[in-house]
Amino acid sequence: MRHIFSKQNRALLSELVRTDFKLRYQGSVLGYAWSLLRPLLLFVILYAVFVLVLKTGGDIPHFPVYLLLGIVIWNFFLEMTTQSLGSIVGRGDLIRKIRIPRWIIVLSSSISALINLFLNLIVVSIFMVLNHVDLLSTSLLLPLILLEVYVFALGLSLFLSAAFVKFRDISYIWEVILQAGFYLTPILYALTLVPSVTAQKLILLNPMAQTIQDARYVFITHKTPTIHRIFEGGPYTLIPFTLVILVLIGGLLYFRKESKYFAENI
Amino acid sequence: MSDNIAIKVENVSKTFKLPHERNTSIKSAVVNFYHRKRTFEKQQVLNDVSFEVKKGEFFGIVGRNGSGKSTLLKMLAGIYTPSKGYITVNGKLTPFIELGVGFSPELTGHENVFLNGALLGFSRKEMDILYDEIVDFAEIGRFMDQKLKNYSSGMQVRLAFSIAIRTKSDILLIDEVLAVGDLAFQQKCFEYFDQLKEKKKTIVLVTHDMTAVNQFCDRALFIHDGHIEAMGDPKQISQKYERVNYANSNDGAKTSDAEQELLTVDIIDRDGNAKQKIEYGGSIQFALSWPKDKEVGQAGVVIFKSGEVVFAANTRDQECNLGEGKIVWKVNALLGAGRYKVAATIFKSNRKSIISTSKLQSFLIYDQPLRGKKNDEWEGVSYLENEWLQSER
Repeated sequence: MRHIFSKQNRALLSELVRTDFKLRYQGSVLGYAWSLLRPLLLFVILYAVFVLVLKTGGDIPHFPVYLLLGIVIWNFFLEMTTQSLGSIVGRGDLIRKIRIPRWIIVLSSSISALINLFLNLIVVSIFMVLNHVDLLSTSLLLPLILLEVYVFALGLSLFLSAAFVKFRDISYIWEVILQAGFYLTPILYALTLVPSVTAQKLILLNPMAQTIQDARYVFITHKTPTIHRIFEGGPYTLIPFTLVILVLIGGLLYFRKESKYFAENI
Repeated sequence: MSDNIAIKVENVSKTFKLPHERNTSIKSAVVNFYHRKRTFEKQQVLNDVSFEVKKGEFFGIVGRNGSGKSTLLKMLAGIYTPSKGYITVNGKLTPFIELGVGFSPELTGHENVFLNGALLGFSRKEMDILYDEIVDFAEIGRFMDQKLKNYSSGMQVRLAFSIAIRTKSDILLIDEVLAVGDLAFQQKCFEYFDQLKEKKKTIVLVTHDMTAVNQFCDRALFIHDGHIEAMGDPKQISQKYERVNYANSNDGAKTSDAEQELLTVDIIDRDGNAKQKIEYGGSIQFALSWPKDKEVGQAGVVIFKSGEVVFAANTRDQECNLGEGKIVWKVNALLGAGRYKVAATIFKSNRKSIISTSKLQSFLIYDQPLRGKKNDEWEGVSYLENEWLQSER
């Protein structure tokens, strides 16, 4: 375990992330600016649809920023898992010809996604200022919540990238699951709009719903219904965290088992 | 493992499963699962291979295509996992299966150097120090800020090689890197091998090039159909390899070892002394001899280089007396510098039936002048009579 973050591995990781970033906006006129422009434009559309037309915000204060934060976190999850999914197959040339720790490849796509997340959070902060959102002291907890999202996405990424080597259907299946997950998670609508409390409880057992609600709670408004509030404490609130840990362990084990045969199966 | 062993291979086998219909989609996996139709061919690429490479040794692995030598190399490199057996590596190991792994055409030369360096285990700081050296050696300084896709293949190889040779690993695995590039590049590779030998690095070289095996290897391994055919002295190994190769390439005219003993070829100079190094343009004589009691109708000699026939000739249209059991074939060596192989064959009077084919002999041409007869600059396998014609309107 000692050599996992050895000097060489760190150097390789940073070089892979750099390459990823350079290649992403290769040939576009605005280049890196797209990293900020994309979420910004996306937000304008969502704002028009969900705040001005559909009014799905209920009685939530600062709903536009509330909406944006949810979308930013979900997009991070989506980007990280879909990019990681294809990362091992996409880097087949390296895997077949050189000896590098395979997990570095997944980790490098996850870090690219993390960088984007931070750029997006800058956009969120700008809108918070424009919307006159008071800075809450609980904001300090936000990194912890984001860490939970990252760990969850990492476990899934490890599993998906390894499975994709053998079964190319995984990418389509994952696309559908993400689409369903997007609507099962209270991102575009306020959780309070869901009529039954049981349904609300079930929704919040999903780690993505739990984290997004918690992030909104600590960062934007304490009026956010979180898992603690809906369940009124109790052991059920531990379910999403347990899920996250289990997914990480499962992903690690599966990846370790399969990674021996990546070179011949790609 | 004792301290002077760099790589230890114990009873290693490798089997690839080659599904008849690859289950790359879940549906076919499910369908085939229910129908119990998961047929696949097991292809055993390596079978119970064991050997050791000592520290500081230059170790050659030779074998024909498909013999399993590249699979073996990939297992030594930790890219494939053995199906059975163990491989223990003592020290830091870098494989060169291909030059310029990870090169991205959309990045500049400069960016690619740092990426490739990281893949070879260098930190950014180390690369900053090495960068100028790398660019100088590759001789492409002014192109470094251009995208790699605008480089010629020669430039890419030079750049990749220039990075690769900075590696500080104790053990290097090299796979046919020499197969690319021109003569000058091969020369650079050979110089690099000499340096590695001086530094007492452990090298495992997989190659078809018997010149390199003879010149550099301390020991060699001949792998054939997934098992070790022979191991030991590189000279013996390369002879054995070429004999097997030559026999296989002469399908229908296979000769047994006993028949091969019949005909011998000696390379001699004007005075009849055995010679293996010949100056460019000098004359070479090939003395063929065979038992007098054989009735020989025709004799032929073939010169080749890296598997290609450079020149072949036979006695058919010549007035020769082949009854004496010997004949000398004389040529002027207008051949480019490098190592050549030669083999002779004697036939019965009809040309189809071979009496015997000799063992391969090799000779070296050196001192190839840069300028030809008309003081024109040239390079290549052979000097050709040439002139430049002005087109007249």
